[in-house]
Amino acid sequence: MENVKAYYKLEEVTVKAVDDVSLEIFEDEVIGIVGESGSGKTTLSNVISMNIMKPLTLVEGKVFLKINGEFEEISSMSREEVKKKFWGKEITIVPQAAMNALMPTIKMSKYIEHLAQSHGIDKNELLSKAEKRFEEVGLDPLWLKRYPFELSGGMKQRAVIAIATILNPVLLIVDEPTSALDVVNQKIFLKVLMQMKKMGIVKSIVFITHDIATVRQIADRMVVMYAGKIAEISPIEEIVQKPLHPYTQGLLNSVLTPEPEIRKRGITTIPGAPPNLVNPPSGCRFHPRCSYAMDICKEKVPPLKEIEKNRKVACFLYMEERK
Amino acid sequence: MSRLVVENLTKVFSLGFFSRRYIKAVNNISFDIKEGEIVSLVGESGSGKTTTAKMILRLIPPTSGRILFEGKDIWKDIKSQEALRDFRRKVHAVFQDPFASYNPFYPVERTLWQAVNLLEKSPSNKKEALELIKESLVRVGIDPKDILGKYPHQISGGQKQRVMIARCWILKPLLIIADEPTSMVDASSRGGIIQLLEELREEQGTSIMFITHDLGLAYYVSDNIFVMKDGEIVERGHPDKVVLEPTHEYSKLLVGSIPKLYRKLEGL
Repeated sequence: MENVKAYYKLEEVTVKAVDDVSLEIFEDEVIGIVGESGSGKTTLSNVISMNIMKPLTLVEGKVFLKINGEFEEISSMSREEVKKKFWGKEITIVPQAAMNALMPTIKMSKYIEHLAQSHGIDKNELLSKAEKRFEEVGLDPLWLKRYPFELSGGMKQRAVIAIATILNPVLLIVDEPTSALDVVNQKIFLKVLMQMKKMGIVKSIVFITHDIATVRQIADRMVVMYAGKIAEISPIEEIVQKPLHPYTQGLLNSVLTPEPEIRKRGITTIPGAPPNLVNPPSGCRFHPRCSYAMDICKEKVPPLKEIEKNRKVACFLYMEERK
Repeated sequence: MSRLVVENLTKVFSLGFFSRRYIKAVNNISFDIKEGEIVSLVGESGSGKTTTAKMILRLIPPTSGRILFEGKDIWKDIKSQEALRDFRRKVHAVFQDPFASYNPFYPVERTLWQAVNLLEKSPSNKKEALELIKESLVRVGIDPKDILGKYPHQISGGQKQRVMIARCWILKPLLIIADEPTSMVDASSRGGIIQLLEELREEQGTSIMFITHDLGLAYYVSDNIFVMKDGEIVERGHPDKVVLEPTHEYSKLLVGSIPKLYRKLEGL
């Protein structure tokens, strides 16, 4: 992704949900995208998969997808074209609350049949594949003949992921897949996800969530978003041990997990509330809430710069302009 | 001294009309809360933790067992309206959903006026009462100008929860039952709510009981944790003991499943 700007164009106002974002997702990695609600995480995932529908508009920037070793620019294609060519096969998105989209009165197997139909694959071939995939995610294949209302939340979420990955997509995007599950089912789900990656069913995973502790468990790199922009990108260990951006620091310090370190350090809060993206603050969008804010932060937008190996941060504290 | 003693508390709900079924929501639990102590009742939905809270708040009667508050059985020894008023003054609840705690047709400060009226020594005039309300709002970090005259839909969830705590500053209760007080506010304002409750404990010696499914929260704030499962307390003790060396299968599973920030889970 290069300099992507994706805005929601409403009748009178424009919501700058993703504003000048560049991001590279490597082969064979799990990348976690975190941020508060309204920080543009979900919009970003829609841009990656070119699921762009009005009022969302891709204003600027390009999106490339590597297919058979070559990059194709998918941002120049229409949504229909991308959908037909790549969805399901190369790139799959499991949206937020996807398990609630299962119609309670349509049998699970029917979803597989629909999938076979829309991709022109033999129905029975795909069904037997689905049986195998169900087993891989820890569900009895018998559940395929059942209705979604008979499954528990955790099982539904696993069924959704089994169906979504049945065509072995290269890139899997999951949006808040664990927020509606209890902790025990969350862990089972994460296990399934990691197993899929180990088995090579999917190559790269984009995991979108507001829960840093979950991302920390599975991701190789973490992207922190704030108000439609990337604040920090870093390998997971480094960002947890030493967060650079003041927003990342605030976010990590508000995490409450049952660990002695947390009890020792206490919790702090970030003052204020996230900005309105119709009219975001000037300069660095975090400056009104930042305790380190300097004059330059109000005037200039900090670029996302690599300041250590593999670590990028958009903050003037780490740049020469600060003087 | 123990402020609250719960002895062999049981609550059985009966279901059905033709074929009666009985559900033991709370099964023979005992614990106590000392002065200025913070305890947490941790469990998943359906474990009976909210039923326990409701019995302590004197909202639903227990099937058997006793609840002693300041040495008095709250279901047997409270007989007059006056005694009940006194109990309501001393035991206060902060609920999960700050939206449901307010009547949308009245200004937010109405809940604070109600608290003032509940006081044993109500201020002699309106001006004094208003001063008291303003003072309590300042205590919870709200500028009175931002709240007074506003209606519930005009303020944020975090602010609503703060106003509920402002009530605690007016009433100065001896025991606060906080049922998931932070689960509906943003992660970034959660810390503030917890700090406010801790300040109350520091300055007033208030005992606080958290009802939560969030073991992280319980571990952070409590002096004592009770883990509930199917109506029973399956594990109890100091947070370090419960979280770092759980002994019961259920608490082991729970602790082993919670994603951590500084260490990786086993078996992923």
